Amino acid sequence: MKTIKILSLTLLSLLAFNCSNDDDTQITYPEGPDFSGTYAQEDQMGRPAVNTVFTSSASKDMFNVTTPSMQNAAFQSMFETNLLALSPAYADGGLNALGQDAAAFTGLLATDVLNVSLDGTTTFYDGTNLLTGRTLSDDVITVELLLIFGGEDFSEYPGLSNDNVDANDKTFLTSFPYLATPW
Amino acid sequence: MMKNLKTVLGIGVVAAAAFFIVAADHIDAPAVQGGNSDITDFYAFQGENTSNLVFATNLQGLLSPATTGSAMFDENVLIEINIDNTGDNVEDLVIQAIPRDGKMYFFGPIAPSQTGLNSTIETSSTVGGVVDITAYGSSANIATNGGMSFFAGPRDDPFFFDFAQYSEIIAGNESSFNMPGADTFAGSNVLSIVVEVPKSMIGGSGSINTWVESKRK
Repeated sequence: MKTIKILSLTLLSLLAFNCSNDDDTQITYPEGPDFSGTYAQEDQMGRPAVNTVFTSSASKDMFNVTTPSMQNAAFQSMFETNLLALSPAYADGGLNALGQDAAAFTGLLATDVLNVSLDGTTTFYDGTNLLTGRTLSDDVITVELLLIFGGEDFSEYPGLSNDNVDANDKTFLTSFPYLATPW
Repeated sequence: MMKNLKTVLGIGVVAAAAFFIVAADHIDAPAVQGGNSDITDFYAFQGENTSNLVFATNLQGLLSPATTGSAMFDENVLIEINIDNTGDNVEDLVIQAIPRDGKMYFFGPIAPSQTGLNSTIETSSTVGGVVDITAYGSSANIATNGGMSFFAGPRDDPFFFDFAQYSEIIAGNESSFNMPGADTFAGSNVLSIVVEVPKSMIGGSGSINTWVESKRK
C-alpha cells in the first residue's frame, strides 16, 4: 500500500511536471542573441595593399591566416624578392626615402600592422609625420608607390611613383561616422 | 632606360599580377575575394574629439549603387579589431563587431580570452554597445555608450587609386601613370563598421599596433 501511494505520488508529480512543462512552452521568455561558438580567421589587414602587392599569389590565403607576430619570419624573404622584381629603384643597393634598402623596407612591411599614435596627428604620411595612423584622406597608394619606385629622394621613376589620383570622389564628414554617404 | 624598366617590370609581373584586380586589400586573396568576409580597407585616426581614436573597417568592396541595397553583413562573420599596446604584435585588446537581426553588437575594448586565429565573442565585456544597422538610402544611425560611438552600414568607398592604369603598366602596355589619373573606385560603395573609442580605453598615450580580422563561425 505504501508502495502504491509512493508510486501514485510519483505519477502525479510526473503528470504535474509534464503539465507545467507544456505550459512553459506557451510562455515566451525574452532571449538575447546567440553569440556562442568559435570564429576562425579568414582575412586580416593592417597597412593598405601589403598582401596585395608583396605576397606571391599562391601564398595570399596563408598570409591572411598568419598572425602578425609570425609574419616577418614567414614572409619577409618573399616580400624582398618580390620588391626587387617589381621595382628597379632598389637595384644595386638602392634605398627608399626612409633610407631603407629592400631588406629593411620589406622587414617593416612584412609585419602587417598599422602603427598608430595616441598622442596627436594620425596619418600614413603627410609630408612630416610618417606611419602614425591612417586617415581617410591619406593618399596611401602614392606614398607606397613613392617608397617602392621613388628612390632615395622620391625623384626616381616619377611616372611610376604617383598615380595622380590624390583625393576621394566624395568629401568626408568632419563628424562621426566620417565616411561619406554611399552612392 | 624605359626599355630596361619595362624588362624589370616584366619580371615583376608574377609579384604584381594581383594588383591587376585588387587594391588596398579589396579581393586580396582567393579564399575571401568577393565574399562577405573580404576586408577592403582599415583606417585608424584621431577623432573630431581628439581624446578619441576612430577605427573604420570596410568590407565587400566594389558595390555599385544597384547592388548596395542588397549587400548584407553576415551573422556568421565576426569583425575583430586587434590592438597591441606592448609592442610585440600580439593583441592585448580587441573590439569585436557581430551582426544579429538588423543590429551590430560591439564588445570591448577588452583583453581577449584567447589571442590568435580563433576567437569567441567576449560577451562578458562591460564596455561596448549596439547600433541599428543603417539601411541603404537612410541617414546614418549612430549609437553611443560609455564614451564610444558606433555605426554600421553602407558608405562610399573612401579608397582612391588609378589601378586600371597601374595594371596597364604592369602588363607592359603603358610606361607611366596618366595626368590626371582616374579613380577606379569612384562611384562604388562598401559596407562600413565605424567605432570611436576614448584613447584612455586603449592605452591612453604612446603608440599602438592595430589590425583587423574577419572570422567565420
